[in-house]
Amino acid sequence: MTLYPLLEGVIAFLLVAGGAFIFIGSLGMAHLGDFYMRLHGPTKATTLGIGCMLVASMLYFWGTEGKPDIQEMLITLFLFITAPVSAHLLAKTGLHLRLKHMEKTEGSPVELRPEEVGEKPVPHPDRGHG
Amino acid sequence: MLEIALFTTLALVIGALALNVYRLTIGPDMPDRLLALDTMYINSIALIGLLGLWLNTKTYFESALLIAMLGFISTVAVCKYLLRGDIIE
Repeated sequence: MTLYPLLEGVIAFLLVAGGAFIFIGSLGMAHLGDFYMRLHGPTKATTLGIGCMLVASMLYFWGTEGKPDIQEMLITLFLFITAPVSAHLLAKTGLHLRLKHMEKTEGSPVELRPEEVGEKPVPHPDRGHG
Repeated sequence: MLEIALFTTLALVIGALALNVYRLTIGPDMPDRLLALDTMYINSIALIGLLGLWLNTKTYFESALLIAMLGFISTVAVCKYLLRGDIIE
């Protein structure tokens, strides 16, 4: 294995940083008070952590085999695109099911339409509107 | 140095998976459990990347890509089911 010491240090730092971000995100999800707070941990910290870890993996195989590979960057790009979409859908589901939030939470989602928070039933498309 | 970093990261990711299982077990509502499952998908991708680093092979990255796609699609499908009561309308 022919790795430069500097490259090895960078890979080790990225690995440990990625593991720490993943652990902090999961700790936030296990510890925080209500669903809307818990949504923050995995969707931000864990995504950054897995990005760091896959970049470290790409640098390692670049260093040992001599040519870069796009596969890890592909996984990272896919996760960075899909994580906000699934977070948005999860937040919408939480609002629709009217999950409880903590007392200290200020403000309310005024811009939502009534059917998005479950005010009135949404007409099924097969049976026509209204 | 790389081995110490690898095993530290392995311990952190396994601890994160244990916390996800904890939230998946006690999660009071359905979206909590769904969020825990989505995070478990991402953490298992990290575990597969670490396995590839440990065994010095790149065979397992295709499975990581598959897990990423199927995890996103299943999260969206269950979200649609909880939102509308139907997946494909």
